Amino acid sequence: MSALILLLISTALVNNVVLIKFLGLCPVMGVSKSLDSAIGMGMATTFVLTLTAAATWMLEHWLLMPLGLDYLRILAFIVVIASVVQFTEMFIKKASPGLYQSLGIYLPLITTNCAVLGISLLNVQQSYGFFWSIFYAFGSALGFTLVMMIFAGMRERIALARVPAAFSGAPIAFIAISLLALAFMGFSGLNV
Amino acid sequence: MFTAIFSLTILGATLGLALGIAGRFLAVEANANVAELEALLPGTNCGQCGFPGCSGAATALVGGAAPATCCPVGGKALAVAIAEKLGVRLDLSGVADEAPKLALVAEDLCIGCCRCIKTCPTDAILGAPKQIHNVLKEACTGCAACVAHCPTEAILLHPVPVTLPHWVMPKPSSAVSVGNCVTSFAERTAWV
Repeated sequence: MSALILLLISTALVNNVVLIKFLGLCPVMGVSKSLDSAIGMGMATTFVLTLTAAATWMLEHWLLMPLGLDYLRILAFIVVIASVVQFTEMFIKKASPGLYQSLGIYLPLITTNCAVLGISLLNVQQSYGFFWSIFYAFGSALGFTLVMMIFAGMRERIALARVPAAFSGAPIAFIAISLLALAFMGFSGLNV
Repeated sequence: MFTAIFSLTILGATLGLALGIAGRFLAVEANANVAELEALLPGTNCGQCGFPGCSGAATALVGGAAPATCCPVGGKALAVAIAEKLGVRLDLSGVADEAPKLALVAEDLCIGCCRCIKTCPTDAILGAPKQIHNVLKEACTGCAACVAHCPTEAILLHPVPVTLPHWVMPKPSSAVSVGNCVTSFAERTAWV
């Protein structure tokens, strides 16, 4: 049990998928203008990441590895990820049209979110077991959601602040996220 | 090789089937009024109404956010048809046009710069660099998107000249019920 909690902390904070591994930066910059859509995007990515981790583990261990098709890994994973994202899109469209509207183009773009493919490939690389890889993906997604929420909160405040004209808009957002990344580097002192 | 082809085919077919079933169960029925209004609109998504495309305009019309005269391309006939469909009163004072207009290239002014070609939403303009352009009457919807882009004012909207093949006897004005003679944009412009 304590190993699981340590895994969650280490993936969500110490090895944060966005700020330490630099995966999935597009939605972090793109959908973080308001807290609501950032939380929605984080939820959708969490759903997709956890589901894909399970699906790709089964694919890897039940199909690719027994048949010796390791070289098709990226191709097969992308197919699975695209299907899961498509399913998520249908589900959100049915369950919450408002969220579907606010996520807009970024929802289908979860397909090309490199965090999703990256986590699945890391799971294979580190040869985790089934539940372990699901928790690894879930922890990473938690870290992603956390960064999305913190960064969206920061941007909501920056939008109201007086920023020099040269820095207004995207530049100040990049400066803010780099400071956030510096802050997250402090977690690397945690020995987990 | 055959293992790879076979297993990926099976994988794709399975995922496709699953998504198809999910699509059946999670289908969202579109608003029937929006669909009907969208069929009336030109469908070229020229954006002159200020909404994102014709489906956006149809949604705004149903929601009451846009007046029935919001589509400058459709002109008076379309405004009347929309008002009848929505059951709203119509103020035609702002609508100027009487007859359908189509774009026409003045051949002595055209310099063959191709700028109008890139803006045409229906690919109705024919031409090559440094060749005089021409407008295909069958495809032009008279949306005027090209007019602003011509550096020499060579492309302008002109009323369609009445020729023998599509001349019709004018109806007696008392018997005209404008609404039911207009069904769709395609039908209105079928005579062009």
